[in-house]
Amino acid sequence: MAEEPESALQLSPSTAADGEGPTEVSPETATPEPPSSAAVSPGTEEPAGDTKKKIDILLKAVGDTPIMKTKKWAVERTRTIQGLIDFIKKFLKLVASEQLFIYVNQSFAPSPDQEVGTLYECFGSDGKLVLHYCKSQAWG
Amino acid sequence: MHYPIGLLFDLLASSSALPWNITVHFKSFPEKDLLHCPSKDAIEAHFMSCVKEADALKHKSQVINEMQKKDHKQLWMGLQNDRFDQFWAINRKLMEYPAEENGFRYIPFRIYQTTTERPFIQKLFRPVAADGQLHTLGDLLKEVCPSALAPEDGEKKNQVMIHGIEPMLETPLQWLSEHLSYPDNFLHISIIPQPTD
Repeated sequence: MAEEPESALQLSPSTAADGEGPTEVSPETATPEPPSSAAVSPGTEEPAGDTKKKIDILLKAVGDTPIMKTKKWAVERTRTIQGLIDFIKKFLKLVASEQLFIYVNQSFAPSPDQEVGTLYECFGSDGKLVLHYCKSQAWG
Repeated sequence: MHYPIGLLFDLLASSSALPWNITVHFKSFPEKDLLHCPSKDAIEAHFMSCVKEADALKHKSQVINEMQKKDHKQLWMGLQNDRFDQFWAINRKLMEYPAEENGFRYIPFRIYQTTTERPFIQKLFRPVAADGQLHTLGDLLKEVCPSALAPEDGEKKNQVMIHGIEPMLETPLQWLSEHLSYPDNFLHISIIPQPTD
């Protein structure tokens, strides 16, 4: 998967466009439609053993922030919040100067150097971590 | 990584004499390692986010959410102006727990090591075991960072530091959380190599 010309963050969409469905996701088998953005690499072809290193995150837009067609992503545990912010900004084609905030539990903004794996272990539920993203500060 | 200064001291300089001499650099900002601080407001927001995260662990965010904006402000102003009573008048509420339970839901803690690349260890850990026994600092380390502990009848290789001291491993974690947490309501625990001399 390192072969990708621009494997932005090696995030893989872990389900097809309608990520809100109740169906369980199996990232290692699903090869859903890659998102249209050229900056994003699906990178779904890692060996099955590696999938345990990844966690599922669900990205939800707040307010007038644009939604992402693909909401559910498989992300490496060591990915930082800053890495995720950069990815979403690229995906949404925001300009670099625009701010993006990420919230856990619709309450606090984790620090940018925090790893998503840690957040998943402390605040994940039903096998996924729900993160809200917003272009302005949503929850103080 | 922006760590509380007490934590930086424990982690990087605990063998040096006090007062701690620090060097302030005005050039070559380490862009890769540190984020620029855009404003004073950003520091306040970061502090409040830490407190909120801690309360999510301790009380499912109930206490912090029931507070008013002015209480949040008082916490921050109390800290900023070094006004102990002003800070604790609010922080006290964050340290409460239901009488029928023997502690918080989970203990907000972070364990830092100089020897690993990972920023810190943070997991869900309850202050009370299933059998009602209070979990100790030693129990926590055994569960989430066993390498920090000396093997039985083995040589002690590490120090477990909080606020410049080595609390006894038998200390109940709930007590530590109430009394040795930083203003952000987290217990910041440093694992550092045992000095050789």
